[in-house]
Amino acid sequence: MKRLIGLTAVALAMVLAIGVPHAAEKLKVGFIYVGPIGDHGWSYQHDQGRLAIEKELGDKVETVYVEKVSEGPDAERAIERLARQGAGLIFTTSFGFMNPTLKVAERFPNVKFEHATGFKRSKNVATYNARFYEGRYIIGQAAAKVSKSGVAGYIASFPIPEVVMGINAFILGAQTVNPDFKLKVVWVNSWFDPGKEADAAKVLIGQGADIITQHTDSTAPLQIAGEKGVHGFGQASDMIKFAPKAQLTSIVDNWAPYYVARTKEVLNGTWKSEDTWGGLSAGTVEMAPYANVADDIVKAAKETEAKIRSGALHPFTGPLQKQDGTEFLAAGKVVDDGTLASMNFYVKGVDGKLPQ
Amino acid sequence: MKLILEKRSEQSRAMALLSPLLAIAITVVIGGIIFASLGLDPFKALHVYFVEPVTSLWSIEELIVKAAPLVLIGAGLAICYSANVWNIGAEGQLTIGALFGSAIPVYFTTWQSPLTLVLMLVLGGVGGALFAAIPAALKNRFGANEILTSLMLVYVAQLLLDWLVRGPWRDPKGYNFPQSVPFEGWQLLPLLGEGRVHIGAIFAVIAVIALAIMMGRSLRGFEIRVIGNSPRAGAFAGFDQKRVVWFSFLLSGALAGLAGICEVAGPSGELQPNISPGYGFTAIIVAFLGRLNPIGVLFAGILLAISYLGGEAAQVELGISDKTAQVFQGMLLFFILACDTLILYRVKIVSGRPATAKV
Repeated sequence: MKRLIGLTAVALAMVLAIGVPHAAEKLKVGFIYVGPIGDHGWSYQHDQGRLAIEKELGDKVETVYVEKVSEGPDAERAIERLARQGAGLIFTTSFGFMNPTLKVAERFPNVKFEHATGFKRSKNVATYNARFYEGRYIIGQAAAKVSKSGVAGYIASFPIPEVVMGINAFILGAQTVNPDFKLKVVWVNSWFDPGKEADAAKVLIGQGADIITQHTDSTAPLQIAGEKGVHGFGQASDMIKFAPKAQLTSIVDNWAPYYVARTKEVLNGTWKSEDTWGGLSAGTVEMAPYANVADDIVKAAKETEAKIRSGALHPFTGPLQKQDGTEFLAAGKVVDDGTLASMNFYVKGVDGKLPQ
Repeated sequence: MKLILEKRSEQSRAMALLSPLLAIAITVVIGGIIFASLGLDPFKALHVYFVEPVTSLWSIEELIVKAAPLVLIGAGLAICYSANVWNIGAEGQLTIGALFGSAIPVYFTTWQSPLTLVLMLVLGGVGGALFAAIPAALKNRFGANEILTSLMLVYVAQLLLDWLVRGPWRDPKGYNFPQSVPFEGWQLLPLLGEGRVHIGAIFAVIAVIALAIMMGRSLRGFEIRVIGNSPRAGAFAGFDQKRVVWFSFLLSGALAGLAGICEVAGPSGELQPNISPGYGFTAIIVAFLGRLNPIGVLFAGILLAISYLGGEAAQVELGISDKTAQVFQGMLLFFILACDTLILYRVKIVSGRPATAKV
């Protein structure tokens, strides 16, 4: 509770410190967040991107945001509110905002929209995402090296392709070290629910996992890992402060370069609706400094990172089999983006059944 | 000198009307103080919060969209609570209503006729009423406390919805995202005007008028009030308490179910794991703020809708946390309950030694 109050205070102080300047000729850039900006995960990192726009472009822009917008009927109103208040560029930063974004975009043809992680575009709706699976592959490798029990626990949100490909990349990375590595997945059906995430972490540790990783937005799983004396990975932001003894590294979402670039394009009039999918090489995905881990493991992780960055290694390279043993990729073949973006099966080695 | 509360010999009628207004006034004043302590201009903040939502056509439309389910559910709950029947599970009845109604577009994806919509709405009401029948039956048959049973059934309903949209009812083309097929054409409520206002708003107004007439002019309304005030007196008048329990649960359940299907076939346009931001619970505040009077509920629903929209506007324009809306709603209910004390008690200023100190 104390921590929560602390976070809220920090968030509030940040908001107040920024203030909201008023000027007609400025480009107003709006953001819709699914979580609170104090989640220190997904929404927090998007907000860091917003702050980067303010820092970089100064008095040419003005930014506004709405946080904790639920992925339901309220989303459309929140997006439309920003459009009505004169925002020229609006980032909607969760998958569930896809249809509301398109609906509002149709009514405001002169406003540019950017939807994160979606697959539907229109003339004024662009999409963007990051290749987080590249980071997942690296942490999978590190997990298999650190783990003594050979079992990792994975706290997952929704069984959408984005999340499924992350799980697959993790196990593929782990299998390069230990072909018998086990991965147990718990679905919490929420992007941000510290209570459920913590419970899931406890269950997984109880089932023998000594590595905890998650595709949810709070710091709770990592904190539980710290309390129980096992290791884990941060998600979306560097969470080392919350688990100084448990975090090995973290897959950090760095939206700042993309947000600044797109804002500049709107200012220059060169903005186009397109799909952007950057990864380690584009700087959208970063690995937080390694900690609590032996030097040789760090070295190996950095080598893998360099290979992915240069394009020498793709985490999804054949021969790969699906969970049921059927062929997914022939030897030497690399998966195409379309298959990744619609992935709805586990690869061999993941425990349990994918909710279908 | 000190303040004491003195019991009134009978309930104050003036206070019964003034209490919600007083509560609103205190909420606004305390709200202003909170804004000022955040370093904001309290007048501007209150303007953004309470006035702006009613200044443009768009925001008024959005206000109606938000108020419609609150009024629809709140009106039913007002009748229920007047009968001294405590249905706390409207959120669950809303959910089941939405599920029943959505079964049509989910199973008959291509069926398009005005009848589609009518059937969806009817099923929505039936679903809500059936689900409300469970706590009613448990109360009448076994004397089970309806506050607990109706509340706990909310979780049952939400988990059922959760399972359906993630499992059997999931859109096969939805990339595994937990949502049903998108509703189309006659599976959606007709819109009124350019915005998102749908005919659910008309249902809310009809419900308010019908229930106001029933409570004021009909024997059934009289029966409900008598049983609510004194079941024994009601029994002498030949009223059956069990029948009233059945009636108020089925009525409030049906209205909650109707609100549920209207949300899904209206602003949502598809079934999702979260179909309501707690309308069924907020409607409890609405019912009390509206003095358990259907007409009062109409105004109370609009006020609560303002607090939702104002909270969102305050986030965008003032950059303050979304928690403020919750703080305002919480303060409002707290002050209403506090002010209701004044209906039964009067405040007296006593000088010198307090009267109770006499031996």
